[in-house]
Amino acid sequence: MRKLGVFICHCGVNIAGTVDVKSVAEEMGRVEDVAHSTDYIYMCSEPGQQIIREAIREKGLEGVVVACCSPSMHENTFRKAVKSQGMNPYLCEIANIREQCSWVHQKDREEATRKAAEIILATLEKVRKNESLEPIAMAIDRRVLVIGGGIAGMTAALDLAEGGYGVVLIEREPGLGGHMAQLSRTFPDLDPALPGLVAKASAVERHPKINLLCYSELEDVKGYVGNFDLTVRKKATLVDWEKCNGCGDCIRDCPVEYASPFERGLGMRKAIDLFYPDSVPSKPVIDREHCQYFLDKGCRRCEEICPKKAINFAQKDERIELKAGAIVVATGYELYPMERLGEYGYGQIPDVIDGLAFERMLSPNGPTRGKILRPSDGKVPKEMVFIQCVASRDPDRYMPYCSRVCCMYTAKHASFYKEQVPDGQPYIFYMDIRSDCKGYEEFLQKTIEERGLLYLRGRVSRVFQDDGKVRVLGVDTLTGRMVEVAADMVVLATAIVPSPGVKDLAAKLRATVDRHGFLTEAHIKLYPVESSTKGIYLAGCGQSPKDISDTVSQASATASKIQALLSTDKLLQDPLIAFVDEGICSGCGICVEICPYEAREMDRRRGISVVHEALCQGCGACIAACPNFACELRNSSASQTLRMVDTFVA
Amino acid sequence: MKFSYFPGCTDHSTSYEYGRSTEAVFRALGGELVEIEDWNCCGAAATHSINRLLSLCLPARNISKAQSAQVGPLVVPCAGCFNMLKRTEYALKNDEAKRKEIEEIVGFRYDPSFEILALMDLIVNRIGTEKVRERVKRSLKGLKPACYYGCALVRHPKITQLDDPENPQYLDRLMKALGAEPIEWSYKVDCCGADLALTYGNVVKKLVGRIVSMAKEAGAQCIVTSCGLCQANLEMRQEVDLPIFYFTELMGVAFDVEGRDQWWKKHMISPKRLLESLGLA
Repeated sequence: MRKLGVFICHCGVNIAGTVDVKSVAEEMGRVEDVAHSTDYIYMCSEPGQQIIREAIREKGLEGVVVACCSPSMHENTFRKAVKSQGMNPYLCEIANIREQCSWVHQKDREEATRKAAEIILATLEKVRKNESLEPIAMAIDRRVLVIGGGIAGMTAALDLAEGGYGVVLIEREPGLGGHMAQLSRTFPDLDPALPGLVAKASAVERHPKINLLCYSELEDVKGYVGNFDLTVRKKATLVDWEKCNGCGDCIRDCPVEYASPFERGLGMRKAIDLFYPDSVPSKPVIDREHCQYFLDKGCRRCEEICPKKAINFAQKDERIELKAGAIVVATGYELYPMERLGEYGYGQIPDVIDGLAFERMLSPNGPTRGKILRPSDGKVPKEMVFIQCVASRDPDRYMPYCSRVCCMYTAKHASFYKEQVPDGQPYIFYMDIRSDCKGYEEFLQKTIEERGLLYLRGRVSRVFQDDGKVRVLGVDTLTGRMVEVAADMVVLATAIVPSPGVKDLAAKLRATVDRHGFLTEAHIKLYPVESSTKGIYLAGCGQSPKDISDTVSQASATASKIQALLSTDKLLQDPLIAFVDEGICSGCGICVEICPYEAREMDRRRGISVVHEALCQGCGACIAACPNFACELRNSSASQTLRMVDTFVA
Repeated sequence: MKFSYFPGCTDHSTSYEYGRSTEAVFRALGGELVEIEDWNCCGAAATHSINRLLSLCLPARNISKAQSAQVGPLVVPCAGCFNMLKRTEYALKNDEAKRKEIEEIVGFRYDPSFEILALMDLIVNRIGTEKVRERVKRSLKGLKPACYYGCALVRHPKITQLDDPENPQYLDRLMKALGAEPIEWSYKVDCCGADLALTYGNVVKKLVGRIVSMAKEAGAQCIVTSCGLCQANLEMRQEVDLPIFYFTELMGVAFDVEGRDQWWKKHMISPKRLLESLGLA
């Protein structure tokens, strides 16, 4: 019989306010094999842990139950504490009496106390049969794949490369920079976005530790943390970038022009062109959909003019096989499509544009060379309306969340407008102003005061074209009046939504996304840059809307987490996984099909199913599916579970 | 083609011509409308701001009557009545506790498969514009109506589930099927002021004034509506003499049904001159 210890945490008043911890501790002390039972205000604190350590030493405990919060909070803390006294950490278990008891039964002290005792008794049953286990050690590949070459991906890649780790950076577009490359100047310091960004992109391009694959997408992922096998599809650029010297003759001579997505439709691009004018790498790609050669073989002008003979119409997509130990998903965002905003004209009114389009207009390298001009007739707008929270914070019809950057960039936009058009009038419709980061509130107040911006607190119900003007109907809820503006131009601060294709990518990576398509972190507070799948890390707006400062911070956090992961020789993994009783397994293979992690495999020679220890996440699906009860989960065996259930129903 | 029919108070009073034209057009299309026996007021305008439960139970009683008559889906011409009935339907379908409460009070059991249709929806989508086109005896060619939907038909979209709430098209499609040339304009779902006409006449005058003058500016010769209150407000509170039709009346003109003079008599702004000018009197 093992000597067991029970340690009950008050969690301040979180548990003790509902559960009578003293009486539970007394009750547990009366259990036959419990040699020590006590309670303390914060068991996770240093003095709390000291109580556990001393009890193990003095009473010679052989198993421990800590009754406290969820195991995802402090299981690790307490396992480390018992390990320091020479106890196998897997002989320490958590009885969750906070989330699963005190928090949900706050109105019934008696019942909560009874239930807490039962939870602890059941956990004691488990600990009685727990085995001593050792973590599983696995070899590790020290390279990292970064998906996305925006500011998040570039930051993570550079940090990792500076740390000495090899990085493969893949980017869907032909150049680096992402949406930040579209911005004019950034809040709150009003620094031009491009110079810093281009410097970073050049550093990425030149870094000996970074293998940059532009115009590439992840096609397939196999393996697990420390050992991912990847297939990347490098799309045909139709230009041999090795030969190309970036002279730009082909771009100049190309006869085909179409609306540039980078310019948000306000400017044109050629069928052979750079991602954007200052793009890094400074190499062009041919767009098959618009190139005359691919339409009717009618034009080979770029091929003729290229001094380096770099044009290759026959170039094919290329598949590259890679290995990596960790993956950073930095897939970024897109703006909510204006085509779906009925009340604001379905994207059909030329003088109603979104925030990124206005950024292009403000950019010195943009379609208007930095001048604010109406798209419809090129005139300077004298009445400007800015609408915040478009499709954000609208749970009924659009996105329920706040997109976080719009308050600040709208103030910036209005300020730039006033700077360029001193006699113009900007109106800003807002719901609330959120300026909660360093220097933001100061920037906002200064802008409003210096520029005399007119903020109207209220929503706009409708925007429509009317005789060369854009009529805006809204309400000012502070005066309680309807407001009607005959505007020359309207800028919509549309919601940030995840980049298209993220759901497919997440499925490939076995990472999860929330209902809006944002990648989910393992724990919003404790593991904010880890995805729920080991070895997959997050950075930037793919996880949630955020500004550049937060994105860069998060990307660096991600990089340092990965450096910690890859700094060891062997990767240690929890051994709480499935195992097979080889004498009972009949080799039916149901477990192989049911396993969501591809961790079960048939051993053809022996005719039984085996567990791939590195892949198994201990989810238990195979255990439930096995018709012979041949697989079990370590330290959660059927007999342990049944004994626990017995305790509850007794 | 048999339908249960809820005329609402207006079709027997202020919008007498809406009711009669609806029946006439339906006969022409080969359909039959069976008026709900012993129907009651839908509760529009007043109840939902005074007593929510009453505003659900009044329409529920009509639903109960129509359901037990087992004639077919319930057809509602008036936009206001339609909105009230759909709100009740929404509560019955989505709020278990409320459903039980309503059933208890009204004394019936709700059948979720029972359909409630706006007359406009029924004609445009169930019967179909093709069938309407076949019945046209005299094309409305040359007539430029502004199609006015108002708010009650399309809002809240979750509840009414009818057409696009920002730029609805059903009426426009119907008018095109009759040969008319509906104009594009931006005020088709603006509020007419509804029952504020009784308490804040000036507000309604302003709202109506804008709708009517914008229709005129966009080149409309008349406005087409599907609601008794919209029609009354638009006709009585405007200052430019733009005729306001019910869409069924224009269908009646195109189908050349009998008794149209009785309809025109009920109009404050006679549409006769406009119809004569197009040879449609």
